[in-house]
Amino acid sequence: MDKVDAIIVGGGLAGLTAAYHLATAGRQVILLERGDAPGSKNVTGGRIYVDPIKDYLPGIIAEAPFERHVVKEIITVLDDDASVQLEYANDRWRSEPYMSYTVLRATFDGWLAEKVSEKGAFVIPKKKVDDLLWEEDRVVGIKAGDEEIGAHIVIAADGALSFMAEKAGLRKPLEPRNYAVAIKEIYRLDEKTIDDRFGLQPGEGTANLFVGAITRGMFGGGFLYTNRDTLSLGIVVGIGDLIQQKDPVAASLLMEEFAARPEVQRWIRGGELKEYAAHIISEAGAGGIPKLYTGGMLVAGDAAGFSLNLGLTVRGMEFAVASGAIAAGVADEALAKGDLSAAFLSRYEQKLKESFVLSDMETFRHARDVLENKRLFTVYPKFLSELLAALFTIGKGKKEPLYTSAKAAVRKYILNWEGCKDLFSVRKM
Amino acid sequence: MKVEEKIALDAIKNDRESHIKLDQKICGTCRERMCIPVCPGHLYSLNEETGDMVVEYAGCLECGSCKIACIYKSIDWDYPADGCGVQYRYG
Ligand SMILES: Cc1cc2nc3c(=O)[nH]c(=O)nc-3n(C[C@H](O)[C@H](O)[C@H](O)COP(=O)(O)OP(=O)(O)OC[C@H]3O[C@@H](n4cnc5c(N)ncnc54)[C@H](O)[C@@H]3O)c2cc1C
Ligand code: SF4
Ligand code: SF4
Repeated sequence: MDKVDAIIVGGGLAGLTAAYHLATAGRQVILLERGDAPGSKNVTGGRIYVDPIKDYLPGIIAEAPFERHVVKEIITVLDDDASVQLEYANDRWRSEPYMSYTVLRATFDGWLAEKVSEKGAFVIPKKKVDDLLWEEDRVVGIKAGDEEIGAHIVIAADGALSFMAEKAGLRKPLEPRNYAVAIKEIYRLDEKTIDDRFGLQPGEGTANLFVGAITRGMFGGGFLYTNRDTLSLGIVVGIGDLIQQKDPVAASLLMEEFAARPEVQRWIRGGELKEYAAHIISEAGAGGIPKLYTGGMLVAGDAAGFSLNLGLTVRGMEFAVASGAIAAGVADEALAKGDLSAAFLSRYEQKLKESFVLSDMETFRHARDVLENKRLFTVYPKFLSELLAALFTIGKGKKEPLYTSAKAAVRKYILNWEGCKDLFSVRKM
Repeated sequence: MKVEEKIALDAIKNDRESHIKLDQKICGTCRERMCIPVCPGHLYSLNEETGDMVVEYAGCLECGSCKIACIYKSIDWDYPADGCGVQYRYG
């Protein structure tokens, strides 16, 4: 069988970055994407940090079609009928180089795909890869419908469900506890209204995160990012928790209730709903990483489980870009040596360990143990809300001294055995 | 706005054949029916007359949550055929 140098499965950030580097190195690359265009099947929050990825997208990152640069963070902790909001702004974030930007993937991935094509790679949309081709214990190409294409190396960058990693026997079956479902709505609102409503200068954006009653005690939270003339509003809930509910509440209803909260309405009011999307997120952290290579194949991005849920933020895009670039580097070396064996490709894992990808995943290995604690979504939001209710409520009766109210709330919610254990568990993060 | 109305805003090209197949024998013995609450499109339901589980695949957002949630492995799930399914314009 004729073989091209490399086939890349999936035109998300991982696959496109890998294709970009391999094509730049002069390799023949075919990237197959099942959607109508790269980006058309992809969903993110999202916000992307520039520093971790700029060396992996050299030169072009400056032209990337970002939405707004983030200049402030707003955190809203919600009880059933009350909330506390914390706003953190940092003047340093207002000047270049900007630290992070909001993005929409249809635009962003579409742009990156163009850059990849300019480098000479073939980006082929509407092509779903169905299977891998094998010669003994080595992957030697792919099957898409009736077509077979041979390749010296295949890079699986097919996202969180990665059927390719599964077919290669690299990943374990998908378990409910290891994934969350995310629902995201896009609202159109004109640019000026967004600026005024969020207190922003043109081009500036915010990242808003929500935690507490909105997930009804289940693992998860909400997000709201400002784009140029749209808002990205979404909720993330653990699948393991969703399926164990005694009185099941549908994920779609949680989204509806979340969007209806006054703390959210104040931002999205008057916005026109344009899109309703859903996607899964890996919650397993370092424990969910599959084997990353086999003879003739490497796995990158979400397909390799490279995503971190740190409670208030999900990080995956930077890992996708970095792992795609690192996979391409190793593939290029392997092609130059003519050695596509698993033994040679194992250096991919080593390189990932030397980069922020596997070192960050390792640092936060125990984050999930902390975040799975239901009290984070129930008890602590209630505590905060009761404390502030005591502080701000004035009625006819005698007002308790502040210290007494605070002490009572602390006793009720925090100073107990559970609270004590929580404090110790947080040290793992 | 109802979930169906929200999905109607999306650009979706229907495949002729469903990319989600259920094993009614397994579903028949399932009491939890966790596919129902998990699906963001609210596409799963029980047909009271036939007793079969039904999934309205045409509104599928391709998240894969149902496949993960169904621990009884009743769901045979693949991506829709080339050029079919949801096409996100924002993402
Ligand atoms: C709601 C949500 C919020 C998030 N927020 C953030 C955030 O704020 N910041 C952040 O850094 N990360 C965030 N993430 C994570 C981030 O979006 C992912 O980690 C990132 O998109 C992974 O990129 P990828 O290229 O690995 O995979 P994907 O973007 O999923 O790309 C995979 C591609 O492969 C294609 N594909 C799959 N199978 C096949 C096949 N068989 N044949 C052909 N093509 C195939 C798909 O169509 C898709 O284009 C969020 C995720 C979600 C869902
Ligand atoms: S699909 Fe799975 S979860 Fe749904 S009813 Fe059938 S067996 Fe139960
Ligand atoms: S893949 Fe997602 S949207 Fe489609 S039926 Fe399953 S849960 Fe519903």
